[in-house]
Amino acid sequence: MTRLSNAFSKPHPALVCFITAGDGDTAANLDALVEGGADVIELGMPFTDPMADGPAIQNANLRSLGAGTTTADVLRIARKFRERHPNVPLVLMGYANPMIRHGPEWFASAAKEAGVDGVICVDIPPEEDDALGPDLRAAGIAPIRLATPTTDAKRLPQVLEGSDGFLYYVSVAGITGKQQAAQTSIEDAVAKLKAATDLPIAVGFGVRTPEQAGAIAKVADGVVVGSALVELVGEHGSDAPEKLRKLTASLAKAVHSAAKGPRKEDMA
Amino acid sequence: MASNPNTYKNQPDERGHFGDYGGRYVAETLMPLVLDLEREYRAAQADPAFHAEFDDLLEHYVGRPSPLYFAERLTEALGGAQVWFKRDELNHTGAHKINNCIGQILLAMRMGKTRIIAETGAGQHGVATATVCARFGLPCVIYMGAEDVRRQSPNVFRMKLLGAEVVPVTSGRGTLKDAMNEGLRDWVANVHDTFYIIGTAAGPHPYPELVRDFQSVIGKEARAQMQDRIGRLPDLLVAAIGGGSNALGLFHPFLDDPDVKMLGVEAAGHGLDGDEHAASLLGGFPGVLHGNKTYLLQDEDGQITEGHSISAGLDYPGIGPEHAWLKDTGRVEYTAITDEEALEAFQLLCRTEGIIPALEPSHAIAAVAKRAKEMPKDSVILANLCGRGDKDIFTVAERLGVEM
Repeated sequence: MTRLSNAFSKPHPALVCFITAGDGDTAANLDALVEGGADVIELGMPFTDPMADGPAIQNANLRSLGAGTTTADVLRIARKFRERHPNVPLVLMGYANPMIRHGPEWFASAAKEAGVDGVICVDIPPEEDDALGPDLRAAGIAPIRLATPTTDAKRLPQVLEGSDGFLYYVSVAGITGKQQAAQTSIEDAVAKLKAATDLPIAVGFGVRTPEQAGAIAKVADGVVVGSALVELVGEHGSDAPEKLRKLTASLAKAVHSAAKGPRKEDMA
Repeated sequence: MASNPNTYKNQPDERGHFGDYGGRYVAETLMPLVLDLEREYRAAQADPAFHAEFDDLLEHYVGRPSPLYFAERLTEALGGAQVWFKRDELNHTGAHKINNCIGQILLAMRMGKTRIIAETGAGQHGVATATVCARFGLPCVIYMGAEDVRRQSPNVFRMKLLGAEVVPVTSGRGTLKDAMNEGLRDWVANVHDTFYIIGTAAGPHPYPELVRDFQSVIGKEARAQMQDRIGRLPDLLVAAIGGGSNALGLFHPFLDDPDVKMLGVEAAGHGLDGDEHAASLLGGFPGVLHGNKTYLLQDEDGQITEGHSISAGLDYPGIGPEHAWLKDTGRVEYTAITDEEALEAFQLLCRTEGIIPALEPSHAIAAVAKRAKEMPKDSVILANLCGRGDKDIFTVAERLGVEM
């Protein structure tokens, strides 16, 4: 069992929480997410050109880079987190260029050494897997892929091939933190994904409130919340940990109390 | 062609790679669209009706073929090789950009798309896109860095006259690359009805290939015109490079002519020794941005840095991936010209030939001036005059200390 598979084997759905590394006191903010009940941490690697992100995460990237955050800082934040929280899975999320700047093998081994469990690279689709995927797998890090409303049935097997950890379902065709998808469309999409894979399905993009998170948790294995948390970091500075702990706790309560959705093997 | 291992014209491969460069580095949401576009482009390539409509619009709407012109007084002034210009600044809208926009809007309509978006820096591609959208009655949204909106107000007004909505981009640093980010964000949120007309030979496959193909009309015409006028091919081709579409358009039809040398000219801004330049090939490193792998201006951590050039059209931190490949193979030589050198060349062409060039080709002209002097008088240089300078007279006046 890996830390990621453990998190998705709990008796309840998993809450996945995202914040951007180097934006505010990241160590304190990460601790607050864990204390609030986050099951998986997604740590954003800041990038100058976050093409898939809406204003909230764009601004977090700019704040982080403005504060001088480097890739070494991101890895240091991850390593310290791993020391404090040996059992909480940690996933790095970001864009290709900072990850491959010194070669994919360098990044994969540095991430492994920092205790990272998975990597989500927004702009490396299956077609360009060679750019990073083989080195992540060799290092024992899960390459976590994204499926979207535009990923049709013909394409899905290609997305699943070589995916590991969990499958991140992007519930809206759009950027982070904007509109939320209709619950029925999420339910349909998750059912189709579950029919095609044993990987846990986590649903994100546009999820902001405990009500939304709880509804999604009824059908999915995990719920990802990012922009709403990142906004708290931007607004509250050194008071952010307390605000993050409160929001995370209410999200966790909603997600954890939802009945766990059926897995493929249960439906067979 | 496939059996010729020595050709430079067989790129990209079926995955859209030019050697190590190019590819399709986009978010999953866009991936199916990019694949659709490739399918539709292959169908269009095989469809004589598509080519006929493209050719007809280029002839009767854009005004092609553009003339091939012997610059007699400039040649005399330089005292070396004969200098010839491909006059793409005489196109409708005043630059080469329109060639590509015609091709892409025909593709958009084949695909049943009903809304067009584009990014623009100086505004030339925005104007060309707004023009074809007006011509075909499609709504058009142009993303433009807020700083560029301020500096290029005549082009903003042109776009609005043509019916486009111009959206000033304040995210990031409000420059061309941020405008492109915003274009990609719009596209990802409006995948069902929207076509993104990318302005240069960059972005995810198949954009670099199809933009090159649409711009190759420049080199195809020039090749035939040269044979017709002097009975041989030129010794050296010269073109300015921002993203690199006008250069590829000129170079590509000549790539397998071993006696034709080629020189791509990047913007050295205040000089390559500092950070104030836009020379991705000469001063950057390979990386991934805006859907493709190519040379980028970036720091040690892979963060993208801002380019600088007096020419807003060259002021982009990346370059088309085919240029990255042509550099590594050595088929094309690349050099860089500073703001000062480009300004001098701008004035030189005004006075010797009665042509006011855009600041982009002024970089090419400066490189031509250096090379012509070193070449014998019976040799021939062909440079692409890819845009006219009306849009730049305010910038030039400011640099020359003239109040307007």
